[in-house]
Amino acid sequence: MTTIIALIPAIPFLSFLILALFGHKLTRKLAGFIGAGSIGMVALFTFIVAIGFFKSLPEVKSYSVTIWEWINTGNLKVDISFSLDALSLVFCFVITFVGFLIHVYSIGFMSKDEGFSRFFAYMNLFIGSMLVLVLADNILLMYLGWEGVGLCSYLLIGFWYKEPANGYAARKAFIITRIGDTAMIIGIFILFLNFGTVNINELMQQASGKWASGSSLAVLTAALLLCGALGKSAQLPLQTWLPDAMAGPSPVSALIHAATMVTAGVYLIARTHVLFSLAPVVQSAIAIIGALTLLIAGFSALAQHDLKRILAYSTISQIGYMFLALGVGAWSAAVFHFMIHAFFKALLFLGAGIVILVLNEEHDIFKMGGLRKKMPVVFITFLIGSASLSALPLITAGFYSKDEILWYAYSSQSGSILLWLAGIVGALLTALYSFRMIFITFYGEAKTEPAFNPGKLMTVPLIVLAVLSLVGGYVELPASIGNIHLFSNLVDNTLPVVVVKAGENQEILFQLLSAIIALTGIYIAYLIYFKKPSLSEPFSHSRINKYFEKGWGFDKLYNTLFVNPVVWLSVIDKNDFFDWWNIGIARLALMFNSLLSYAQNGKLRWYLMSFAIGIALILTYMLSK
Amino acid sequence: MLTVSIETQILFAGILFFLGLIGLLVRRNMIFMLMSIEIMFNSAGLVFIIAATHWKQPDGQVMFIFILAVTAVEVSIALALILQVYHHFKTLDADAVNKLKDHN
Repeated sequence: MTTIIALIPAIPFLSFLILALFGHKLTRKLAGFIGAGSIGMVALFTFIVAIGFFKSLPEVKSYSVTIWEWINTGNLKVDISFSLDALSLVFCFVITFVGFLIHVYSIGFMSKDEGFSRFFAYMNLFIGSMLVLVLADNILLMYLGWEGVGLCSYLLIGFWYKEPANGYAARKAFIITRIGDTAMIIGIFILFLNFGTVNINELMQQASGKWASGSSLAVLTAALLLCGALGKSAQLPLQTWLPDAMAGPSPVSALIHAATMVTAGVYLIARTHVLFSLAPVVQSAIAIIGALTLLIAGFSALAQHDLKRILAYSTISQIGYMFLALGVGAWSAAVFHFMIHAFFKALLFLGAGIVILVLNEEHDIFKMGGLRKKMPVVFITFLIGSASLSALPLITAGFYSKDEILWYAYSSQSGSILLWLAGIVGALLTALYSFRMIFITFYGEAKTEPAFNPGKLMTVPLIVLAVLSLVGGYVELPASIGNIHLFSNLVDNTLPVVVVKAGENQEILFQLLSAIIALTGIYIAYLIYFKKPSLSEPFSHSRINKYFEKGWGFDKLYNTLFVNPVVWLSVIDKNDFFDWWNIGIARLALMFNSLLSYAQNGKLRWYLMSFAIGIALILTYMLSK
Repeated sequence: MLTVSIETQILFAGILFFLGLIGLLVRRNMIFMLMSIEIMFNSAGLVFIIAATHWKQPDGQVMFIFILAVTAVEVSIALALILQVYHHFKTLDADAVNKLKDHN
């Protein structure tokens, strides 16, 4: 069992090495086979581990395995060691299983691309780093995985590096997440300074023992870790990089910027939940940030023209829901929504990838239309994904996961009616923008003809994900419908159970409300984007729409506040003291060079003369001594 | 037998050496420069002979034989080089042969 756990992150690294070193010699078929096959193998291993894990529950709640010693200096001792508990298992499952489907899809999607093996090398490196992130048993190793996925995100956003804009998007993503990462590493330093260990379990135990609830150190550390999570998960105020990150290939958007990496923040907060429970201020800040983000991103998604940018804003918004759940202490609800979101958002991105590919890189939804008849498989799966995203009641998985969050946003002890209200408005927006996307892209008359039909490699992953987006919710049904708690029972082995306010039992009412809201959203979308497009016209041309489309002007704000001053400063500070120093050294060397090269004039008699003078000088010196 | 003081002998060798050096510095023809070098060699050899006579030891004369041998070799190489230079540059002017100089 422990050997297999150690193999799970090792295999993707191995296949990364093979692809990186020998990728240019491999045929496409072989490179694709290694790239996707290794992830398939890891998915299989995860499955085996999961079975073993379920069998040993509830006696053994976590497995750990130490592979070797990484750092041992002074009192800092860090091992490369992994530990697997229910939380890691859920993340591993999503990473490997959804990751495998996306890899299979990528074989079809990237088949014409010249960087085929490079693509799979990066993707495998990403999977490996992500698995290290979720399996690490100490926070430093976790940080290694954290930075590893950041690197892969950078490499894959800028995958088509010949386009300067892609490189810009990649740098933007890297730098903005780095702001959060810097805060996070400072938080890790504070933890180590206070407790003298980096092991997550020990840290959490000591923190709950030594730090009082609400003490300033606990609040500071939790806030610093939160900054890291905000950067990685593209939450307010560090959300601006994600829409631009859509410059990468669609499978990358599906894997990294929807299903796995951007939810690393959720994982971090869930993993260090003890710390956040000790800092109630920070925890309520998480809820508020989540609520604000889901609203802001929801409005932005409604105004986008680019299919992938709609999905990007939708991702930000859905992660906002997860943060909302984390903020009110509904840990398992957040992790549940993470899983379901990974299914349907990966599905939507893969579907969008096909649509964009067959329409010759057409991103604008207003130039699509009428694809329903031409690509029925893509249409139906995309419809299922959108339905799950907009939480269509009863039949979709998204309904169960989102409904749980909405319910806890109100009923949890730290929940409030305002948070619920934000969530429910967000749900309306979600339904609206999801079906706006459907009606504009797949209905109406065709504006661009599809160039070809997607192959089986691309459609089969879509179908699998579509099935999961429908039935994935049945592992966790609310008390009013079915009352199945397989998922929360599993996750509650690791995370605390949500504390509900006393006397709150109208869950069915809230479910009814959110169901009605979702249906209303879909109906409005049907009305204003399909039946009578004239109704949405005034909005589409208004200035507020433009404002939403630009992501509420955050980019402009940051450019004015940070980027432009720095650029201005570096322009006026081109020739500062340090430059003088460096240029001075170079000039001095040049001066000596010209001085000496003057003597090197090629005149034989000149050399002889210098000989003679030299000898005369030496002799004079020796004689006069 | 006429005895000459050691100072005079050394002075003679020194004058010979300086004649050679001045010849080397003022002449531009390589053949003459080579001849000047020979004069300097011989003056150095002369100092060995003087020293050998002065201390009544054969080492200095042995050394002179060596110097003669070295000179013979040197002259043959130098003449070969001068021939090559003449073939290449069509001149024996030492100042014209300055292709090894730096750019500035």
